[in-house]
Amino acid sequence: MATKASRAAARVMISPAVLLLLGWMIVPLALTLYFSFLRYNLLMPGMEEFTGWDNYSYFLSDPAFTAALTNTLLLVGGVLLITTVGGVLLGLLLDQPFWGQGIVRILVIAPFFVMPTVSALVWKNMFMNPVNGLFAHAFKALGLAPYDFLSQAPLLSIIGIVSWQWLPFATLILLTALQSLDQDQLEAAEMDGASALSRFWYIMLPHLARSITVVILIQTIFLLSVFAEILVTTNGGPGTASTNLTYLIYMQSLLQFDVGMGSAGGVVAIILANIVAIFLMRMIGKNLEA
Amino acid sequence: MGRITLDKVTKSFGEVNVIPPLDLTIEDGEFVVFVGPSGCGKSTLLRLIAGLEDVSSGQIRIDGKDATDMPPAKRGLAMVFQSYALYPHMSVRKNIAFPMKMAGLPQDEQDRRINAAASALNLTAYLDRRPGQLSGGQRQRVAIGRAIVREPSAFLFDEPLSNLDAALRVGMRLEIMELHKRLDTTMIYVTHDQVEAMTMADKIVVLQAGYIEQVGSPLELYHSPRNEFVAGFIGSPKMNLLRGEVAAQHGAATIGVRPEHLAVSTSEGQWPARVGVAEHLGSDTFLHVHDHGFNDAPMTVRVDGEMPVKHGDRIFLTPDPSKIHRFDKQGLRI
Repeated sequence: MATKASRAAARVMISPAVLLLLGWMIVPLALTLYFSFLRYNLLMPGMEEFTGWDNYSYFLSDPAFTAALTNTLLLVGGVLLITTVGGVLLGLLLDQPFWGQGIVRILVIAPFFVMPTVSALVWKNMFMNPVNGLFAHAFKALGLAPYDFLSQAPLLSIIGIVSWQWLPFATLILLTALQSLDQDQLEAAEMDGASALSRFWYIMLPHLARSITVVILIQTIFLLSVFAEILVTTNGGPGTASTNLTYLIYMQSLLQFDVGMGSAGGVVAIILANIVAIFLMRMIGKNLEA
Repeated sequence: MGRITLDKVTKSFGEVNVIPPLDLTIEDGEFVVFVGPSGCGKSTLLRLIAGLEDVSSGQIRIDGKDATDMPPAKRGLAMVFQSYALYPHMSVRKNIAFPMKMAGLPQDEQDRRINAAASALNLTAYLDRRPGQLSGGQRQRVAIGRAIVREPSAFLFDEPLSNLDAALRVGMRLEIMELHKRLDTTMIYVTHDQVEAMTMADKIVVLQAGYIEQVGSPLELYHSPRNEFVAGFIGSPKMNLLRGEVAAQHGAATIGVRPEHLAVSTSEGQWPARVGVAEHLGSDTFLHVHDHGFNDAPMTVRVDGEMPVKHGDRIFLTPDPSKIHRFDKQGLRI
């Protein structure tokens, strides 16, 4: 099948799909780049003019930018930490034989199917509401003052909500990885005198390394663009306490109608995402080889 | 030291009784082979001794001490698994060092034992490779190395050679026997291959459905099998078991004649028959003989490799009268 003619035919036939995808990516990217160099405010239609690097310098010198950058990194890092550690522990737990295993496993996956907006609303109104929330009732039952999660610890609360959504994903992948571990290896380690903790540390964890890498890579991609949870719960506030980069760009372009500045922010976000990706691949990419 | 005693040991998985009450003593320094068909409980028995399964009742004693409820690591036994069970992310050196690391041995002692084991097993050149980069035979040797460095009181082998090709298997068989002679440690070896059992064992334990059918040296089992099952299981090719009138002539319900104890002639003899398929091995030829008039299954006869017979020839078989095994209705030796 590798004759010259068949290769040429393959190229011709695959090109419409590739070109379509390429266009789908290039056009928005080019437009964003173009807008980022324009003074383009929706409140002043027809007044667009070229401003050079002005949008970038305003965006980068905005104090909200530093706050948003820190929040983004804290959000991604925090959720990754909670989901991988929690996922390994839950995976170990679910790997044990117990009655009702099948149903419990399905239930564990359930949060992943709830839409981000819905789950954020449920958390905001049902759990974290300082007056009617279940947490508030629990606090009151214990004789404590209700804690207003979303205004007193907004970023932590959002990290909690997002972790709740992504924990099932990590658990599922790590559980299947645990199930693929050769039982003979564990028995051999047991014969070799390894305690349960040593077996986990020397046998299970190295076996999980590759799956943990996959979990971290996939989650990072999605966590860099967390948006719905913030919009629904805190609107980025109080102040900029829970504003991440995605939300800041949304504020610039759609709340302040400054398309130029928003586009500049978008380009900055693309660059930052790539830097994070490079670091990640450097640090853990070698786990994916071989 | 490594004297292992099983006292009325039983094992059931739920309702299924895998091992009925079983008594067995394995003396220090013995090479004992558990042999039997698939599912006879030989691997389960080994895992009970190792401590990887709990006994349902009965007692296991190692060197006189009750080990029934001891965790595997405390029993001082080392096991070599069929799948080798090497740790894929560790180098050969680290694999071999793992049990010593777990025991907290000092580093120089670890190095000394690793080097000794590596040179004994021809692994010195491979110490820094990962198991994935080794051939099957080398992996097997790493697994054995990992067992040796613990200096256990007994080695347990669970079908260690069944994943190797035929030529390697013969080589590794010799290496394990050589190792046993050198270390003089108790070894328990599980296999379904009766050739391995015959060639390696000091003592063979033949198991069927959890029951011990016979315990004895390889030649004891070969010359005086206690019942029909052992007679049919030990020896290659299998013993010919004949029933009916011919057995009654010898005063038994069944008689057994090994293929090597039948004389073949083209002119005269006791039992006329017809040659079927012939398997030529060079030195010997195994003839599958039909129409001998005893039962439907063909008989197997071992003849000299030069014997000029071909498919369809008429021949006559004469059994060596001193080598006929007689069994009663229950299948027990008379």
